[in-house]
Amino acid sequence: MSGLTLVFGLFFYVSLAIFLGGFLGKIWQYASTPAPLKIPQTPAPVTAGGVGIRYLQEVFVFKSLFKGNKLLWVGGYLFHLGLLFVLVEHLRFIIVPTSSILNFLVAFDLYSGFVLLAALVFLFILRVAVDRHAYISLVNDYLLLLLLMGIAGTGLLSRFWSGGHIRAHIPAIKAFVGGLVTFHNIGAVPTNKLFLIHFSLVMLLLIYFPFSKLMHAGGIFFSPSRNQVDNPRERRWTTPWVKVRPTATLPRLEREAAAAPVQVAQAAPESTAEA
Amino acid sequence: MADKPAEKTLIDIVTESDHVKDLKGPELTGEINVPRVEEGYAVTGNYAHVRPYPAKPDIMDSLGFPETIVDNWEEAAIKRLGELLEKYKSLQVYLDICVRCGSCTDKCQFYLGTGDPNNMPVARAELLRKIYKKYFTTEGKLFGRFAGARKLDLKVLSEWYAYFHQCSQCRRCSVFCPYGIDTAEISMAAREIMDAIGLGQKYTNMTIGKLLEVGNNLGMNEKALGATLESMEEDIEEEDGFPVKLPLDVEGADVLLVTPSADFFASPHVESLIGYAKVFHQAGISWTMSSLASEAGNFGMFIGNYTLMQKAATRIRNAIEQIKPKRLVVGECGHAWRIAYSFWNTLIGPFDSLDPNYPAPQHICELTLDLVKRGAIKLNKEANDEFTVTFHDSCNVARGTRMGTRPGGQFTIPRELIKASCNKYVEMDPATTMEKTFCCGSGGGLLTDEIMEVRVAGAMPRMQALHAVMESDGVNFMALICAICKASFTKIMPKYGVPMEVAGGVHQLVGRAIELGAKE
Ligand code: HEM
Ligand code: SF4
Ligand code: SF4
Ligand code: SF4
Repeated sequence: MSGLTLVFGLFFYVSLAIFLGGFLGKIWQYASTPAPLKIPQTPAPVTAGGVGIRYLQEVFVFKSLFKGNKLLWVGGYLFHLGLLFVLVEHLRFIIVPTSSILNFLVAFDLYSGFVLLAALVFLFILRVAVDRHAYISLVNDYLLLLLLMGIAGTGLLSRFWSGGHIRAHIPAIKAFVGGLVTFHNIGAVPTNKLFLIHFSLVMLLLIYFPFSKLMHAGGIFFSPSRNQVDNPRERRWTTPWVKVRPTATLPRLEREAAAAPVQVAQAAPESTAEA
Repeated sequence: MADKPAEKTLIDIVTESDHVKDLKGPELTGEINVPRVEEGYAVTGNYAHVRPYPAKPDIMDSLGFPETIVDNWEEAAIKRLGELLEKYKSLQVYLDICVRCGSCTDKCQFYLGTGDPNNMPVARAELLRKIYKKYFTTEGKLFGRFAGARKLDLKVLSEWYAYFHQCSQCRRCSVFCPYGIDTAEISMAAREIMDAIGLGQKYTNMTIGKLLEVGNNLGMNEKALGATLESMEEDIEEEDGFPVKLPLDVEGADVLLVTPSADFFASPHVESLIGYAKVFHQAGISWTMSSLASEAGNFGMFIGNYTLMQKAATRIRNAIEQIKPKRLVVGECGHAWRIAYSFWNTLIGPFDSLDPNYPAPQHICELTLDLVKRGAIKLNKEANDEFTVTFHDSCNVARGTRMGTRPGGQFTIPRELIKASCNKYVEMDPATTMEKTFCCGSGGGLLTDEIMEVRVAGAMPRMQALHAVMESDGVNFMALICAICKASFTKIMPKYGVPMEVAGGVHQLVGRAIELGAKE
């Protein structure tokens, strides 16, 4: 194993470890932080199944975003759809005997890559051009879009730019990445520069993921305004961290209680006498 | 001005404010325009100068908060934020996952009204998020300002004080957020942190103080309350000729009604109270109010303080134990219905002693509509023929509660009841009603005159939508089911040149339409 293979191999495993550890750590944090009160944003489903449907709509059609901003919806939806397709198509570098469904999808990768890049450019333009979006955008928001464009761009270049000379390296890439993923027969790292840039950018994305707003991908499922069932009257919700509740509150009641201690004192001996 | 003390305290600096006396709303055109952010990053806060009065030391102390801003306030604030992050899933998740997509930016009435970019929900949330990033996240520690992280200093604190008191916690932003990020949760947390370091808002904290001391927001004791109700009974009998009662502290009554204390004296609130009384009278339901629970409202929610909210809610439990009713019913009040519907069962439940055949608690609109449908009371629509009515969905009811058994009952039930009480009903622009309703501009602890400028601005979208139907359909009555909405609209409408009589309660209409006397 060459030094370079070792470096990139380690890069891969370290990035993956940070991504998985960080992501699962965050999910654990979200899952274990209590939600003290019922705060579904109503009208909300009154059954758990209804909440499931609410989520299908949010995750697969970005329903609330659609209500909020149509342009953003178009950009955001195409971006995520492109991303999903591209991710699935990448399985062909990992799963060696490519399945027929995969082959079918791969036929689209021409489009999905371009859609992905175009949507990213569009989202970037929205951030710059719409006054309100520009006002709220942070440097990191732009950088993340640029990183994703870099990934999509280098990916597309590898396919469509003959100067990238990536064709000849495909078997090597498969051997390398496939080996990394299966911990088995890791091939030498391909020396194609375009590939190495593409690969490194993806690793950066993985590392950045759990520490950033990208956690929306997991966090969305833990949003109390969306994941709670609207049934507070029907089913009592309890606050885990409240161990004792106040009893009488008004000073008036406390005074009354203080003014009538006799009753309490009398009741006790009587009941003991009975027992 | 001359005799001002030379030395400014921290509180003075943070709460410094210009209070405009005489102000008018913008011209009504019926259109809601989204303001432009003037110069991008350059403009930070043309409304930063509007800040509420701070709570006095004695009030702070009585609620268990430090009397004034503590010396190590930065440290104390971070500590409190850390505690809240461990207690509230909403806060933890919402501070992490906002992608700054911008979907919420044009949804808040305070941004639409003030044009101050800090009133965009995401920008408001960033005021807290940037501190969270700096002290709690790797991203913020590594990237600093690039990731929007900032050190907590006096400037940030004074921004908090201004802008977390320009949010009525109406949840409108959360409807349009792809993840349901609820800026109300964030502003509650921010207020909780400010209180914890000794920086409280006068109006809200004073009101909580009165609630905990006397039992209602007005500080009206049981004697005064009893006298008020008695004289009101006389007035009703004089006017309508029927002995409609307003019972107080009747042990063993079937229904315990808990209503906002504004219903006892404010206008148009009293009209709704009279409406509820007539409903009970005519349906022959034995009912009572309670001097222990003489307030449905609970401003503990506004400052995000669980302990105070629970303490204040416990009065209701005490009243149930004293009266031993079969049913628990809540009067017209937005935030109160949210607390009653969503939180009471958690805070003071379970309600095992109540009759399980009725929802606990039940909204007065649910109760009345049910009686109308069963024919137990009759409404004469002609009695309201002088009105063309529209309905303002109170945001707390619309986005934080339900009525009836189906989702959206909070929209259909009051509307059905209104339509049963009058002949002419008109909807406002659907982009401004139901789950998309705008706040009146004074909810969430903003109902205080020194920030009138913000309140008038925040009412703009609703006023425009109302104006549109006043022009097109001759609407002259906007029915409300919230004590704060009623109080704010009666004050703010005149500033837009709309007479205050246009605002009224749903049960005001019911009270006018109900046929009293023997049933056929
Ligand atoms: C459960 C899966 C996911 C859901 C439901 C989801 C949903 C959304 C939505 C609704 C938006 C806001 C619209 C927009 O600005 O585009 C958004 C933004 C974004 N998402 Fe996702 N997402 C998911 C997974 C991912 C993943 C895996 C990535 C990985 C790269 C990602 C990257 C982004 C980025 C970069 C933005 C911000 C776009 C911008 O700057 O405008 N998302 N996501
Ligand atoms: S809509 Fe939600 S995710 Fe988008 S900027 Fe607003 S709070 Fe953030
Ligand atoms: S909760 Fe309401 S007032 Fe507060 S930021 Fe959201 S839309 Fe604005
Ligand atoms: S006062 Fe009315 S409109 Fe305003 S927040 Fe409360 S319920 Fe909503």
